[in-house]
Amino acid sequence: MRFQAQIQIHLRPSVLDPAGVAVQSSLHQLGHTQVQQVRIGKHIQLQLEAPDPETAQKQVRELCDQLLANPVIETYQIQVDPIRS
Amino acid sequence: MSAVKFGIVVFPGSNCDRDVAWVTQGLLGCPTRLIWHAERDLSGLDVVVLPGGFSYGDYLRCGAIARFAPVMASLREHIARGGYVLGICNGFQILTEAGLLPGALVRNANLHFICERVGLCIERQDLLWTAAYPTGSRITLPIAHGEGRYTCEPDTLKQLQDQGQIVFRYDPVAPNGSLDRIAGLCSPCGRVLGLMPHPERAADPDLPGQDGIPFWQSVIQGLAA
Repeated sequence: MRFQAQIQIHLRPSVLDPAGVAVQSSLHQLGHTQVQQVRIGKHIQLQLEAPDPETAQKQVRELCDQLLANPVIETYQIQVDPIRS
Repeated sequence: MSAVKFGIVVFPGSNCDRDVAWVTQGLLGCPTRLIWHAERDLSGLDVVVLPGGFSYGDYLRCGAIARFAPVMASLREHIARGGYVLGICNGFQILTEAGLLPGALVRNANLHFICERVGLCIERQDLLWTAAYPTGSRITLPIAHGEGRYTCEPDTLKQLQDQGQIVFRYDPVAPNGSLDRIAGLCSPCGRVLGLMPHPERAADPDLPGQDGIPFWQSVIQGLAA
């Protein structure tokens, strides 16, 4: 089976995200003062072959732990869906 | 006394490799080997340098891809054999990504790429890397990076402080927002050093700024002794 993975990577809440702070400041200057807690992350999408959804999930987590995210500074969320041919 | 042998790893995107070679070979006359990242032979080397630059275009995270280069397995063996490793700038980023030094280097707090000379205080003078500096030295070295803000968890920081692993601090302020003004740190045994400033860019007598010279002299004297 072929799967589509969506991976969201963010800096841990304890790590300052200066780009998020700058964007929040810009939004405030534009009058959107209701906006808080802007955090900028990465979105990675990829496709993979796996025998079943559980294995696909497990493999995507392994990719994240090994390379795509750095656990020292980042957290990630994944969504893995089968691709219907 | 036999000459100290340097190896400098060249990743795709490294750009300070020849600056280091100019100092170790050109100025100090030490045998120096440039090692392509796909090679695995680090035999006979005393000090392996991971130079500054933008390995693999800094894609994903600085140092994230370089960490898996074939030469890195040999680097771990070199460390296990008692060899010395120096990571400068991107090399420091690679060492943290590889888990050979704790913590991480992230985007500068002001979001700017900072290219300037900065003041540093030397916190450890009993190391191979710093022994030739006069006690209590405050030096000036160039930095040139966009991702040099050191960060780590509070318990890791405490460990670094307690074990005396912080070797260089920005002084009086960290231009990049580094935690505890950390500019360079070492492994518990002191044989692996990572730092964001560039000692190789302040070591040529014909160039202004020579506070890097004692750094290299420390290594030569320490290993020749």
